[in-house]
Amino acid sequence: MTNNPIRKERFVKWVLVVFALSSLLFLFLIFMFIFFEGLPLFHKVGLKNIILGFKWAPTKGFFGIFPMIVSSFLVTFGALVIGAPMGLSCAIYLSEYSGKKMKMFLKPALELLAGIPSVVYGFLGVVYIVPIVRDHIGGSGFSLLATSIILGIMILPTIISISFDSIMSVPKTYREGSLAMGATKWQTIYKVILPAARSGILASFILGMGRAIGETMAVIMIAGNALKIPSSILDPLRTLTGNIALELAYATGDHRLGLFSTGVVLLVIIMILNYIANFGIKRRT
Amino acid sequence: MRINPRFTNKLVHIGLNLQAFFTVGILVIIVAIICFKGFPYVNFEFIFAYPQDMGRIGGIFPSIAGTIFLVLLSILLATPLGVGTAIFLTEYTKESVFTKIIRFGVESLAGIPSILYGLFGFIFFVIKLKMGWSLLAGVLTITIMILPTIIRTSEEAIKAVPRNLRIVSYSLSATKWETVTKVVLPSAIPGILTGIMLSVGRAVGETAAVIFTMGSSLRLPTSLFDSGRTMAVHFYILAREGISMEKAYGTALVLVVSILLINILAYYLMNKAISRYS
Repeated sequence: MTNNPIRKERFVKWVLVVFALSSLLFLFLIFMFIFFEGLPLFHKVGLKNIILGFKWAPTKGFFGIFPMIVSSFLVTFGALVIGAPMGLSCAIYLSEYSGKKMKMFLKPALELLAGIPSVVYGFLGVVYIVPIVRDHIGGSGFSLLATSIILGIMILPTIISISFDSIMSVPKTYREGSLAMGATKWQTIYKVILPAARSGILASFILGMGRAIGETMAVIMIAGNALKIPSSILDPLRTLTGNIALELAYATGDHRLGLFSTGVVLLVIIMILNYIANFGIKRRT
Repeated sequence: MRINPRFTNKLVHIGLNLQAFFTVGILVIIVAIICFKGFPYVNFEFIFAYPQDMGRIGGIFPSIAGTIFLVLLSILLATPLGVGTAIFLTEYTKESVFTKIIRFGVESLAGIPSILYGLFGFIFFVIKLKMGWSLLAGVLTITIMILPTIIRTSEEAIKAVPRNLRIVSYSLSATKWETVTKVVLPSAIPGILTGIMLSVGRAVGETAAVIFTMGSSLRLPTSLFDSGRTMAVHFYILAREGISMEKAYGTALVLVVSILLINILAYYLMNKAISRYS
């Protein structure tokens, strides 16, 4: 077989097609098994009682995850409030202000932030951020505020690298045109470059949201995991991801199915966010 | 009152400078805390001894070995799959609906958070395929999780190889496969290695997807069907259950330093890859 180059080419091509299809197969399996386990409960208990239900007591037949959906969005929003302005200003600094040497040092240094594991962020949050919140602001410290701070730091690398790319892809002529009209550097950035890079910057925020809403280990260590909608930023809360991670190890029967239903809701939210973000990135290029 | 635009310009410049250094400062502080707090507890014994009493005494050797087994086996599976997919996408097809669908699949896999990989690995490998909490279930789950990174970086690396090299190879009557293996891949290797190193870094630090598939047994896994724990899982359990702060800081130091070294190596390779063709 190997003696015939045409046959060998055909063989290689088929093997590569199978490899390429494997990603699709994995995606299909992930969706199938999470939905397969998660959907029956929606049928049994009712979509409304799960998504809009307030009470989570899976051993007694209550599977309401509404407070967790709200909490997931709250921490995500909190992370964005902290991470988006910091990330965007870093991206502007890197692309417009820093010298070449500075860029060579800063960009990898910031991307290393992404490599630090989420358990380490969670641990540092428990040891440093939680006591600061407890002693200086109030509450138990395990709170929406502490979680938002840590998640805000964790999504920085995503926001910085994607906004940076989209700012860099604004044509040089835009800058030169604006500066030639007598605009200052900041006027050029604010009125010309940022509007031109808008869709990529928005995409970076949405991808950051996707990262924050999917984050698990750091969140369960800092959030306090209480089963209600927080009424202030100092209240503890439990997210969708936290619910799965806290109970999966010992859950059986309907309880386990309830965790898969939580997974279904999370998966749908993530897919919608990713779809919107990809749309933004594609429009840019 | 109208603020002088030159004044605003200066102010923004200073503000952005401070902001950038504040952000880098966070990274420096995180690494510094881990290093200073962990340093006193890390020694030869800590790395090579077995833990006793749930990890209160002794070292973390089984979790280091568990991490290495998990990561090496996952890379061994994911690299051929990922690089093969990248070769297919760049060399063997034109842009079409088919490649768009595959790219969509890869993008979607990349966006799925690790807890959902854990959930999937748990129900599919651990329960349905009856592997139990085992090294094998962990390896298969992590393989799927790191695949998108390897595919994307390999694709970029292969695309960056100049067209001329391929044309010369074809003109010497090489077949497509010969061109790929003898011309394109050798040139793309630094870029491909970058993707592999980044994946290693991600797998080493992963917790949510590992804890529900590989389990958290403190024993050294000696077969594919043994449960075991990685450094990240060991650290999580030490810290969350308040077993030992000293050992937790020590484990964090070994974990963070190994990830930073891996990532720095990845950036070094990336720079090498970029400087090659520009």
